[in-house]
Amino acid sequence: MNKYMERLYNGIIKENPTFVLMLGMCPTLAVTTSAMNGLGMGLSTTLVLVFSNLLISAFRKVIPDGVRMPAFIVIVASLVTVVEFLMKAYTPALSVQLGVYIPLIVVNCIILGRAESYASKNPIGPSIFDGVGMGLGFTFGLTCIGIIREVLGAGQLFGVQILSLDWFTPITIFVMAPGAFLVLAFLVAIMNIVREKMDAKGKPLAAPSGCLTGDCAHCGQSAMCTGKKSE
Amino acid sequence: MSDLYNVSSSPHVRSKDTSSRIMLYVVLALLPTTLFGIYNFGYRALILIVVTIASCLASEWVFEKIVHKKSTINDFSAVVTGLLLALNLPATLPWWEAALGGVFAIVIVKMMFGGLGQNFMNPALGARCFLLIAFAADMTNFVIDEYTGPTPLAAMRSGEAVNTMNMLIGKTAGTIGETSVIAILIGAIILILLGVIDLRIPGTYIVTFVVFIAVFGGHGLDVNYITAQLCGGGLMLGAFFMATDYVTSPITPNGRILFGICLGVLTGIFRMFGANAEGVSFAIILSNLLVPMIEKITIPRAFGQVKEGKKHE
Repeated sequence: MNKYMERLYNGIIKENPTFVLMLGMCPTLAVTTSAMNGLGMGLSTTLVLVFSNLLISAFRKVIPDGVRMPAFIVIVASLVTVVEFLMKAYTPALSVQLGVYIPLIVVNCIILGRAESYASKNPIGPSIFDGVGMGLGFTFGLTCIGIIREVLGAGQLFGVQILSLDWFTPITIFVMAPGAFLVLAFLVAIMNIVREKMDAKGKPLAAPSGCLTGDCAHCGQSAMCTGKKSE
Repeated sequence: MSDLYNVSSSPHVRSKDTSSRIMLYVVLALLPTTLFGIYNFGYRALILIVVTIASCLASEWVFEKIVHKKSTINDFSAVVTGLLLALNLPATLPWWEAALGGVFAIVIVKMMFGGLGQNFMNPALGARCFLLIAFAADMTNFVIDEYTGPTPLAAMRSGEAVNTMNMLIGKTAGTIGETSVIAILIGAIILILLGVIDLRIPGTYIVTFVVFIAVFGGHGLDVNYITAQLCGGGLMLGAFFMATDYVTSPITPNGRILFGICLGVLTGIFRMFGANAEGVSFAIILSNLLVPMIEKITIPRAFGQVKEGKKHE
């Protein structure tokens, strides 16, 4: 596996931002009321993530270390503004559905996390693939949650009625906030079972490292990192 | 040497009470309510009761099989959960929704947190609230004698007069087990006489609620109104059978009083200022969540223990 494919695998499976790193929980829980919303949110985040990784990686040598956070945020915010306008122009319905969560991509911890821990330290090529991998992992997570919530909560899949309302009473709790927590908890539990099974088979999925430097003491993400090494 | 000298380690005094025996007492105490519910709402009530009990037992058995735990369905706690859940449902609820409620009660509220003794909220009420949010229309569809009517509480909220005598006997619309105050009180007296529950929680609950209603109810000390509020909805069933659940109520004597006050105030707030006419189940599960904190601040002082910061003379 070359370093590009490794980045994709890392983002989608090994360090899946939703199920393993548990990053970006706010949009994960709030907008996944339907599969379409989850997919839309995931793809718009992916777009921002790929370009922010690209730009930050390109500018990594000119950004002074002391002001890197504000610099990252300026880059991310400009990209988010572009995506927001694009969505308003071409997918107005989705834009209304996702509402405030599109501008909030600026402060999405996946994007800042990847900028801080990967893009600012690595060349452009792998950084782009890191963005694609993480973005697809996020999209995958959100779409899974969205599908389950939409089917159970409305009997629909991507807006198409697949369970007839003649015999199916939608379990509306699943399109409400508590449903998001329930579904996420079950999916994370399944992920943990898979992890244990792989461990038992002797093919462990590597524990999430979260970053490549391994220097947890000086890491800006330390407070929210789940894969921290104990001192 | 005689056996007399052979002193084993404590405990030396054993009670015959086991989990299963206490659960059996609760089932026994719920019998009048259950029978009245079946009499009042007909065969549909019976089907729902059977379905929820079966689904609770089955999900407990299956879950323990899957996680390779010792089966605990013999302790009757799942039967109690299923029965209490059924008593909290309207008789018209489709059976599969009731069965889903049983699965939710056992698997999510009870087993996920470690089984009997570890659940952080009352499983039956957790499931009732789940169903109430998930199937709002079905859960508030109350039919009695082939006639869909508001529950007494809903009627009172919209300013109609209610027949308090009917509410005492139970000939009103409502969930299967909440309508008959007399049947519930018979069960409550059985539980108190058997020493299964003490009066602290239901007592303070009811007193606090009465005070709250008298102050904020808008009817002052109108005895009719207060009695109707007490007899309406799930207050009696909740106070005697669900707030007193051993696992989810405080263990300290003062904590129980505080817990009762919490319940009374919350129920009052939900009924008077909330969006729905009824608020007992939400009040109980919210108070369940406060129990660890209540216990923490009400730990009784051990004999001879000196308060921290106070100098020992």
